[in-house]
Amino acid sequence: MSSVDDVAPLYRRPVSLFWWARRRSYLLFVLRELSSVAVAWTVVYLLLMINAVFSGAAAYQRFLDWSARPWLILINVVAMLFLLLHAVTWFNLAPQALVVRLRGRRVPSRLRGRLIPPRLVAAAHFGAWLVASALVAWILLVVG
Amino acid sequence: MPDTITLQVARYRPDTEREPTMQEYVVPLRKEWAVLDGLNYIKDQLDGTLSFRWSCRMGICGSCGMSVNGDPKLTCATFLDDYAPGPVRVEPLANFPIVRDLVVEINDFMLKLRRVKPWLLRNEDKPLDEGEYLQTPDELDDYKKYSLCINCMLCYSACPIYGLEPEFLGPAAIALAQRYNLDSRDEGEHQRLDVLATDEGVWACTYIGECSVACPKGVDPAGAIQRYKLIAAKESMLDLLWPRGAR
Repeated sequence: MSSVDDVAPLYRRPVSLFWWARRRSYLLFVLRELSSVAVAWTVVYLLLMINAVFSGAAAYQRFLDWSARPWLILINVVAMLFLLLHAVTWFNLAPQALVVRLRGRRVPSRLRGRLIPPRLVAAAHFGAWLVASALVAWILLVVG
Repeated sequence: MPDTITLQVARYRPDTEREPTMQEYVVPLRKEWAVLDGLNYIKDQLDGTLSFRWSCRMGICGSCGMSVNGDPKLTCATFLDDYAPGPVRVEPLANFPIVRDLVVEINDFMLKLRRVKPWLLRNEDKPLDEGEYLQTPDELDDYKKYSLCINCMLCYSACPIYGLEPEFLGPAAIALAQRYNLDSRDEGEHQRLDVLATDEGVWACTYIGECSVACPKGVDPAGAIQRYKLIAAKESMLDLLWPRGAR
């Protein structure tokens, strides 16, 4: 089979090292990919904290002192911003992946057999996030 | 309104040039003129050596996709007036090798399209005398959006993943696979799974969403891919717990 290559050389454009700076959506995508590092760091930090809690009061105090250092606070604030970006973009993606179709008698007839609006799917996710956060806050602030 | 506008057009003449250059042309600016009309004016009146693809002039053949001021567009549906006073930069679709001037090489897409088997697959064909395969309007709605794809490849041009990893199956091919997977008359989902649920298939996509922004037909390939990821994840879990051969 002959191809165009036999006739004349094709020109392949090089991909610029700064391709991600060309568009806001590309930048957001790269930041979202980077946010996985922040997620990994948060898991490590949480494991360190659990380890400190189980190692006794002195170890936990050392962990708290260590956590109060400015550079660690800075890391954790940046990590939290990345985590928020991660969570918000993840929940916004949910309605794209989840197409919920209602069939059956229990749902109101005007919804039966129709698609649940994507906004409702996203709202349900954000709602569940809010409830889970409130529950954690309640355990920490009221029960604890 | 000024009565002319400048088009900066990418030229690549492989017989005399090693890489593309830009050439400026001044064309009449008319309210009803699309970028494609400007290019045809150049071809007819100013410089007959300019090469570009076009056919229907009405957004259905998918031939005239080019990069206009950096955005992938159908040049027949992109009006010069919206870019006044100009200049307007017209380049070949990004992420594809250039054959000549504004013409890109599309074999890669054509081969990928074939791999997802974009046609109705049946385990066993019904005899003709049993009539057609019937479908309700609701079942049609399930895939109709994806069937509107015109293979213009603007989505491939908008996708940075395709630019970085040319093995990626790409937005349109996956959306067209879904067009058949979601068709009630089709039974080929498992045949397509082996192509789609791979590192070069849906898992290469990291949901940037620019493919759906670029699509001139509202196909929403990004949505199709995210939706398929759920199916692919479910199927691979199911395969792990209950292998397909045993089912």
